[in-house]
Amino acid sequence: MSIFDKFRGVEQRLAELQAEGGRNPFSVVIERPLSSTVGIIEGRETLLFGTNNYLGLSQSPRAIEAAVEAVKARGVGTTGSRIANGTQSLHEQLEQRIAGFFQQKHCMVFSTGYQANLGMISTLAGKGDYLLLDADSHASIYDASRLGHAQVIRFRHNDPDDLHKRLNRIKDEPGAKLVVVEGIYSMTGNVVPMAEMAAVKRETGSTLLVDEAHSFGVLGPNGRGVAEAAGMEDDVDFIVGTFSKSLGTVGGYCVSRHPELELVRLHCRPYMFTASLPPEVIAATMAALDDMEAQPELRTRLMENAERFHTGLNKLGLTTGKTVSPVVGVVLETIPEAIMLWNTLLSLGLYVNLSLPPATPDHHPLLRCSVMATHTSEQIDRAVEIFGEAMARLPASV
Amino acid sequence: MSETVQDVSALIINKLLANPKVPRDISGSSKIVEDLAFDSLAVMNFVMEIEDELDVSVPLDRLAEIRTIDDLAECIVSLKKGG
Repeated sequence: MSIFDKFRGVEQRLAELQAEGGRNPFSVVIERPLSSTVGIIEGRETLLFGTNNYLGLSQSPRAIEAAVEAVKARGVGTTGSRIANGTQSLHEQLEQRIAGFFQQKHCMVFSTGYQANLGMISTLAGKGDYLLLDADSHASIYDASRLGHAQVIRFRHNDPDDLHKRLNRIKDEPGAKLVVVEGIYSMTGNVVPMAEMAAVKRETGSTLLVDEAHSFGVLGPNGRGVAEAAGMEDDVDFIVGTFSKSLGTVGGYCVSRHPELELVRLHCRPYMFTASLPPEVIAATMAALDDMEAQPELRTRLMENAERFHTGLNKLGLTTGKTVSPVVGVVLETIPEAIMLWNTLLSLGLYVNLSLPPATPDHHPLLRCSVMATHTSEQIDRAVEIFGEAMARLPASV
Repeated sequence: MSETVQDVSALIINKLLANPKVPRDISGSSKIVEDLAFDSLAVMNFVMEIEDELDVSVPLDRLAEIRTIDDLAECIVSLKKGG
């Protein structure tokens, strides 16, 4: 019995994946980005439709300048945790900036979005409490449920009635109830029915946390996410999100009106026991937020592009989520079909994400695409055309 | 409200047999992951169906301890008794 025996199953599945398509889909290398929308992969110029870089701000000149200045003035890292030597004035500035943007009083900044979910959810829902998760929650939320000590109950995806039913079953239990939903679900692009979820929260007296990782900068008149879009911000107790999508950098945050967020800093292990964000990332993040606020047209352009891409794929006969959002999950029937299609797309110069069960809902493989504000109409049309060409090349037996 | 472990176990087996991919010879001692080839997501989704049928929620941490169909039935009966 070797310590590595448990990996043999995955090793075999990976070998099968490569036998069917040639590539290892989990180790694609973007040799270098040429812009936010085009990168070099396998020596070829490739259209990027799987980067989550919704507003294209990873290449923002303002953010690049800010990062260079910060790194020259402050060095490349903090070498410490937020509760020890890892808090510089920049960290406090960023927290105030993010709290102000969301019109909330308090903000904690984490080193990644994953840690923000892991830390907030595992810390808030303690022993004797109940954590209610949407069935299609992101891995960071499921991992938080394992790190914490609350009883974990899953409700059906985007189903407020099912949530209500499950909260009712535990209504006489003494523990606090924390409900966690996502603004836009990362695999399918489905948007949470926020008004209905907020109504359940109010009726049951539970606490509501919304993960706006994919909806921050994307939804709402000011880009504050699904809670703003639905006019439900007063019902949300905690908003968690990431800088690594719309703002193009890295890091996570939680904002809240509750002053107790300051106490969470002293209980939250994924916040306490890791190095804080380096100065250049903070400077770039604040500059990218300036960009986002100065250019609301990026959001309009993003949704127009999402609509164009969504419609184009549906016209080809491909199945996508019903809601138009910048996350477009193309649902396929079989894994071999998904692998062949994904490989052909990449050979033809289009990069999307291959997502396989059980990381996808309902056991269907997905080709997960993400649209950007900086895609041109020609790039969107070309991407749809490549999908058409790749489908035509699929053997009839797949 | 008076289901026994046997009742619940029979209900689970019936529900499972409605899925044509599940082997026909399952019993209360069948292991859910190994014998039915369910992955983690399939187990959670299947338990959700049973929860609806019996109006009970099985917390995910309890699910981690469950190996066989009878284990699941015992867990549900104990939850329904308030345990």
